[in-house]
Amino acid sequence: MSKIFSHTTLPRYLRQEQEKIERIAAEQGLDFFPVVFEMLAYDQMNEIAAYGGFPVRYPHWRFGMEYERLAKSYEYGLSKIYEMVINNNPAFAYLLEGNSLTDQKLVMCHVLGHVDFFKNNFAFRATDLDAPATVVEAVRAPGQPYDPNRKWIDKMANHGAAVRRVVDRFGTQRVEEFIEICLSLENLIDPYSRFVVRHRDEAVEEEPSEVDVPRLQAKDYMEEFINPSEFLDEQRKRIEERRQAQRTRHPAEPTRDVLGFLLDNAPLERWERVILGVIREEAYYYAPQAQTKIMNEGWASYWHSRLMTEHVADASEIVDYAENNAGVMATSGGRLNPYKLGVELFRSVEERWNRGQFGRDWDECDDLDEKRHWDLRLGLGREKLFEVRQLYTDVTFIDEFLTEDFAREQGLFTFAWSNRGERWEIESREFRTVKEKLLAQLTNSGQPVIRVEDANYANRGELLLRHDHGGVDLRDDYCKEALRALHRVWRRPVCLATVVEKKLAVLRYDGAVQSVTQGAP
Amino acid sequence: MSLRVDQDHARFRGIVRGKIRENLRRYISQGEMIGRKGKDLVSIPVPQIDIPRFTFGERQRGGVGQGDGEPGDPVGGEPGEEGAGKAGEGEGQHVLEVDVTLDELADILGEELELPNIESRGKAKIISAKDRYTGIRRVGPESLRHFKRTYKEALRRAIASGSYDPGTPLVVPQREDKRYRSWKVEEEPVVNAVIVYMMDVSGSMGDEQKEIVRMESFWIDAWLRRQYQGLESRYVIHDAVAREVDRDTFFRTRESGGTMISSAYRLCAQILDADYPAEEWNVYPFHFSDGDNWSMDDTLQCIELLRRSVLPRVNMFAYGQVESPYGSGQFLKDLREHLGGDERVVTSEIRDRDAIVGSIKDFLGKGR
Repeated sequence: MSKIFSHTTLPRYLRQEQEKIERIAAEQGLDFFPVVFEMLAYDQMNEIAAYGGFPVRYPHWRFGMEYERLAKSYEYGLSKIYEMVINNNPAFAYLLEGNSLTDQKLVMCHVLGHVDFFKNNFAFRATDLDAPATVVEAVRAPGQPYDPNRKWIDKMANHGAAVRRVVDRFGTQRVEEFIEICLSLENLIDPYSRFVVRHRDEAVEEEPSEVDVPRLQAKDYMEEFINPSEFLDEQRKRIEERRQAQRTRHPAEPTRDVLGFLLDNAPLERWERVILGVIREEAYYYAPQAQTKIMNEGWASYWHSRLMTEHVADASEIVDYAENNAGVMATSGGRLNPYKLGVELFRSVEERWNRGQFGRDWDECDDLDEKRHWDLRLGLGREKLFEVRQLYTDVTFIDEFLTEDFAREQGLFTFAWSNRGERWEIESREFRTVKEKLLAQLTNSGQPVIRVEDANYANRGELLLRHDHGGVDLRDDYCKEALRALHRVWRRPVCLATVVEKKLAVLRYDGAVQSVTQGAP
Repeated sequence: MSLRVDQDHARFRGIVRGKIRENLRRYISQGEMIGRKGKDLVSIPVPQIDIPRFTFGERQRGGVGQGDGEPGDPVGGEPGEEGAGKAGEGEGQHVLEVDVTLDELADILGEELELPNIESRGKAKIISAKDRYTGIRRVGPESLRHFKRTYKEALRRAIASGSYDPGTPLVVPQREDKRYRSWKVEEEPVVNAVIVYMMDVSGSMGDEQKEIVRMESFWIDAWLRRQYQGLESRYVIHDAVAREVDRDTFFRTRESGGTMISSAYRLCAQILDADYPAEEWNVYPFHFSDGDNWSMDDTLQCIELLRRSVLPRVNMFAYGQVESPYGSGQFLKDLREHLGGDERVVTSEIRDRDAIVGSIKDFLGKGR
């Protein structure tokens, strides 16, 4: 431990607080990586925040853009970054210089919640640099504590160095433009791919048996009329063609890891491959955080509130703590605050499992009064919480634990754009609608699901992607630009099968013209 | 201290200013550059460049929110933004919204547009005393009680003394808990300034044109008010004849009929003569029109009037020409031709709403 801490800028009194808080948190059952706290001035804080938490990234103007946004909103007094913590082993967390001691303690408690989450939630296993291609079980020798390689700070710095080398050879503008091309496609990844165990059934690869054309039922003497042989031949030919196409089709199965597919198959120059590889790896690094935003913030907030109010804050600090906490939890303008939603949902789970409000008896109980006073005194809440933080992501968390009562208590609603009023309006408070919308919003972290379907579409070497249309169209102008980016990488015409205004459509870009064809590909 | 991000930031600024990577400029989110919303709520522009991706159309998508309201009620703010949040990768709010006072707002405007502070022309000979509330003290009149601070003190005492019960969170402030605002008397020189707004309300000025004038004059007002305590505003509307009106009428009136700009300048000169001696006042006449004047004779009269009785007594004379489908826009050309060399005259063309910011900069960028 001492080796890590000898380099930090943390003043001694805060280091003492840290030791105390870590001891208490560990007693409460939190299990975290070692945490290195750094004290930063606000401009350094903004800089590191602009770089997504890392001190060194590859050069690109969008970090400068993010910096300007953060710096301006700080200078105008609109917002201030209190805490930042990165998923690394050891974890790095930053404290803002000049905050009060109460705030610093609060941040430390909050950070420990995050680090416990990083270490234990399954989705983050995909960020272990020493994990095998398919993550099924945590990598750990028997009796050894879980201590994965998550040296992402080094990794990101290496990415920076690699990109800078490329910039030195090919010039800023060219590289920058290609980075933007890659970023346009950044969301086409498959965060769950690392957890899928694919069974390749070898039998399928074998020569298929004789084609058997399905026939209509007919009596012998009618056979030739009901299933005429020309028709059967035609059908047989069609099935064989389809099989043939299937055999030579690439990829064999549609894949959602479009970036990975391009990396393996697109005709890229070596330096372009370096850049695309960097963007893809970083996209996968950030994916678990997007998948667990509500849970992660909820968990950290749950713990900062427990630790602060029960153990860490003394009587003189509790009012300041409460004021600050209230600010973090505030919902304004009808917006959903992930901190608030997350912490309330964790609390509701804890209470339900403490009182035994789950399982068949509970679900089948119709008596409102009985339900209201339902308390089996099981005390399973804490245990359940730790299980939930390990095994769920936002989608499954909301799906399983967001109950009708909860939605009502929290005042959840859906909103929609009103063309008449030219504004966003509350649409419904009906439980099913709200939950469905929320789940739809969280699915695939709010990104459209797009697969590579065929790399040799129409036998012309064109790339065909398919968008799983879940009821919402893609944004038209952005779609065109993304297709342009895709064409730049694939260097052949690219197509996207999707739905536009309730009709099947194929969007195509051939390097010069964007076109739309109605119907299926 | 120099930061590692400086290089990336400089590159971003270059893109925003259109110096490099011109093809990216089309993605810069326009939004309302600076727009006033509600009473004191203001959007502050932070340019953002979106990198286009496959993504959902926001309007068709809708979302989930939390709070009060019945179906059909409007939802505040833009969806897709989250309240308190960590620095997200790639996600960004486009327009920040916040409550700011007009003074702060003017400062922000000044900073955004890099406006110079105005060098006052009047002699700062009158000194006045002003109270400023700057601190907190333990005694004072009840009317100045600081509720939040008092409550916090009371709560703190209640908790420290153990009388606070979370079950019935009742907090009763006692005498020693009370906190009051306190003030300091500051002396400051009084500088007087007056803006005379003149607007063409003839038939060719449509609602859109008036809206542009309204927005523009709001910002000019805010900036000059920041620069001068006790700014006065006078409003003149004119078609073929000019009359002085109140602020409300100024923005509402729509007349039909011809345009004689000289009538407005004549009235302006009269107002200045009567109430604002040049040695004590900073004078700012602003005139907005669509540039259509009745006749060349009248235009020449205008120029004569400006030269003789208006320009000698003003800090700056500003003429803003709003583009309208009916106006010829001739007046601007004439003005530039005859008075283009005079540095007290500032002219600006305002094509549409997006041009407002540039025009404000034209008017106020000289620091006069």
